Amino acid sequence: MREDRSPILELQGITKSFGGVEALRGVDFALSPGEIHGLVGENGAGKSTLMKIIAGVHTEFSGRFLIDGQETHFRSARDAHSAGIAMVHQELSVAPDLTVAENVFLGNQPTNRLGLVQWRRMAREAGEQLARFGIDVDPMSRLGDLPIGLQQLIEIARVLFSGARIVILDEPTSALSPPEVERLFATLRRLRDEGTAIVFISHFIEDILRVSDTVTVFRNGRKVAETASAATSKGALIEAMIGRGGEALEHSYSDDLMLPRPSDSAVVLKVDQLSLARSLKDISFEARAGEVLGIYGFMGCGQQELSRILFGKLKSDGGTLAVDGKPKTFASTAAARRAGVALVPESRRDMLFHQEPVYKNISISILDRISALLLKPAQERDIAQRQVEQLQIRPPVVGLDLGMLSGGNQQKVALAKWLTYPPKLLVLCEPTRGMDVGAKNDVINIVRDLRTKGLAIIVLSTEPETVLSLADRILVLKRGALVREFKNEPVSKDRLLEAA
Amino acid sequence: MASSETALAAGQRARGLAPFLRSQMRNIAPFLTLIFLSGFFALASPSFATLDNLGNILTQVSVTGIIAVGLTFVILCAEIDLSIASIANVTGIAVAYFTLQESYVNIPNIPLPGAAAILLAILLCAFLGLVNALGLTMIGIPSFIMTLAMMQIAAGISALLVRGQIAYKVPGVITTLGSGSIGGIPWIVIVAAIMLLLGHLVLTYTRFGRYVYMVGGNREAAEYSGLNVKLILGAVMVISAVCSGIGGMLGVAHFGSAQQNEFDTYLLDSIAAVVVGGTSLFGGRGGIGNTIVGLFVLGVLNNGLDHVNIDSFLKILIRGLILLAALVINVYAQRLREKAVE
Ligand SMILES: Nc1ncnc2c1ncn2[C@@H]1O[C@H](COP(=O)(O)OP(=O)(O)OP(=O)(O)O)[C@@H](O)[C@H]1O
Ligand SMILES: [Mg+2]
Repeated sequence: MREDRSPILELQGITKSFGGVEALRGVDFALSPGEIHGLVGENGAGKSTLMKIIAGVHTEFSGRFLIDGQETHFRSARDAHSAGIAMVHQELSVAPDLTVAENVFLGNQPTNRLGLVQWRRMAREAGEQLARFGIDVDPMSRLGDLPIGLQQLIEIARVLFSGARIVILDEPTSALSPPEVERLFATLRRLRDEGTAIVFISHFIEDILRVSDTVTVFRNGRKVAETASAATSKGALIEAMIGRGGEALEHSYSDDLMLPRPSDSAVVLKVDQLSLARSLKDISFEARAGEVLGIYGFMGCGQQELSRILFGKLKSDGGTLAVDGKPKTFASTAAARRAGVALVPESRRDMLFHQEPVYKNISISILDRISALLLKPAQERDIAQRQVEQLQIRPPVVGLDLGMLSGGNQQKVALAKWLTYPPKLLVLCEPTRGMDVGAKNDVINIVRDLRTKGLAIIVLSTEPETVLSLADRILVLKRGALVREFKNEPVSKDRLLEAA
Repeated sequence: MASSETALAAGQRARGLAPFLRSQMRNIAPFLTLIFLSGFFALASPSFATLDNLGNILTQVSVTGIIAVGLTFVILCAEIDLSIASIANVTGIAVAYFTLQESYVNIPNIPLPGAAAILLAILLCAFLGLVNALGLTMIGIPSFIMTLAMMQIAAGISALLVRGQIAYKVPGVITTLGSGSIGGIPWIVIVAAIMLLLGHLVLTYTRFGRYVYMVGGNREAAEYSGLNVKLILGAVMVISAVCSGIGGMLGVAHFGSAQQNEFDTYLLDSIAAVVVGGTSLFGGRGGIGNTIVGLFVLGVLNNGLDHVNIDSFLKILIRGLILLAALVINVYAQRLREKAVE
């Protein structure tokens, strides 16, 4: 059925370089109406770059760009928008200070004849649109106050219902819970059947295989494969992506996995009866040295708040924290860091300085260990260089502005910040979000390595796979309360989902 | 690795001059403005481009320069300090208040030895800066509002101290630094140069300076990196107040009198110097180098307009327009740079 339609978008021989880095080398890409086109590839393979070219964000490149068979050159994202192209960027690009409704209608608020915004109408229509997508939220609340996953959903909803002919989704599911992913897929299929062309980028290969009609694989700025989804397999795709026998890298976690006997090493963190307004209720648990504690739950279950309290970013309403047996009330993140606690939040934007070079991003949290008064840039660079090599951050250039790294590589930098002088307690939120299979594996190895060094590690995630691949003991958080503990027993993805 | 880095740097340069220039717009534009203005006035008036006049310009921007050092720190953190001129004024008045005045000065003051007077004045401005800092960080009042209140408070203290009178005497050291000169170079120019240099060294080579840039670049990320953001913001407000205080003391000596509302024009001038120089109002970009260029742009403009035959009332409008142009460039440069990194 797809074959008889001519492509709505055709790219030929696209080459794009950023300074010395060739991000795309002679890529051909075509998109037909009524198809969902999956895109996979390692971190830095060039997926986002190609999509940004289509969406008019990058305007300087070489190669031919045809829409409806007409050679076109966008000069801005607005041009692309008027040509019917809409994109959800990998980095959330919402306006946190505006209301939900304003975000939904960003740029085309309904106005009356005097040009005044019709707030009531806007709120109602935004509410209706979001409800259609299964999102129940007050359209007049400030977007920045909502959990990041919900913000992501709202941005997706905005783009999906903007009436675009071509919709690009760059890793849209990274913060979504399984039911939300299902809802998204159902909507994508419906839009496809109505004739929209959809590009879907993800590191979850199973999702790609499930929802897309065609899959294209990128590697090192080249397109290395394009097949019908029905005619390929996860193993084959991973192999095409990274070239080695990839299957070993990805577990499916559908079978039972045996958790080890709980460790009896020293208690590093003791949390007692912690509560926070409507988000957390009487949370009590311990984290021990040399143990990875997984905390699993759906989006909005309170993980985010819990992690912020542990790092002194939020104050709890009640309950106590003790680090190494000493009671603590963190007045600031600086106090938490001094007590030996470190946090990697789920959103990289919160933790990174996009306009500063990689080495300054890595050294900022340990600067007081490197220098008393005067900076020592050479030493900073050395330290950063070591982290960059250990985590295989690409490109391995510590002087590059962080904003020039691909999304997955930025995530690695966020982790690298804490690794030079490991803390006592490392709290990781969604540590593998946005990482390709190889990089995920690297992170798993790094976390295991830190565990053997005696750190207490807490991994909070909404992805069962992440928790299962890392944790020795698993707590399940549901609507702000701990509802189940898995230890010394078999556990699987289904069991986790059931408990949550 | 080193070689790949240089290759990349070379690549970035080779990518073309245009993008490089675009990303450097915030530094280049003020410099071009300065060259253009200097050239214009040099052609328009024979008395402008002389060594003597250069000395004049330097002296004229000195007080602004001293105040602008601290303000640069504040703006780099994406905050603002509207109390600089008032704090300068009250500190200048305070140092006179604690100095023995001539008998015809009718102020019920408290004469103290010079060193004590200076110390008390410095403590006063540091204290006012601390109040700014606490309001901003502990109570969470936006700096714009907090320092607006402080502007009134400092003016109020000034009023109470001088009660509409004028004081003339300040301690000897201050008189020398404010109005004396050494080897033909006014001390006030030397002090301004030293303070600008110090500010530059602190911002560029110290850990604190890095923190200032990082807090300004992304406050959330600074907090997630475990920096004590409140402490840094607080320190910056105090630095600003102390620089203003020093500028105020020397200013009083320079003008030869201490009175109410003496420094009012310095608020706008100092903000203009920092912003015209290209330091980003959004924080994280710019520095003392920019402020120096900004000072010269203002200095040349103010001085040059005196050298050409122009309606003195028109001068005010011209200054306003130049400031507006600089603001446009400032905001535009930020956008260009963001685009280059995106
Ligand atoms: N603005 C930029 N300036 C310089 N280099 C860039 C820029 N954007 C991307 N790159 C580089 O281009 C390459 C491709 O990046 P891209 O973001 O397209 O990767 P990706 O496939 O989306 O990866 P990920 O899965 O990590 O998101 C990377 O090497 C990256 O460092
Ligand atoms: Mg990407």
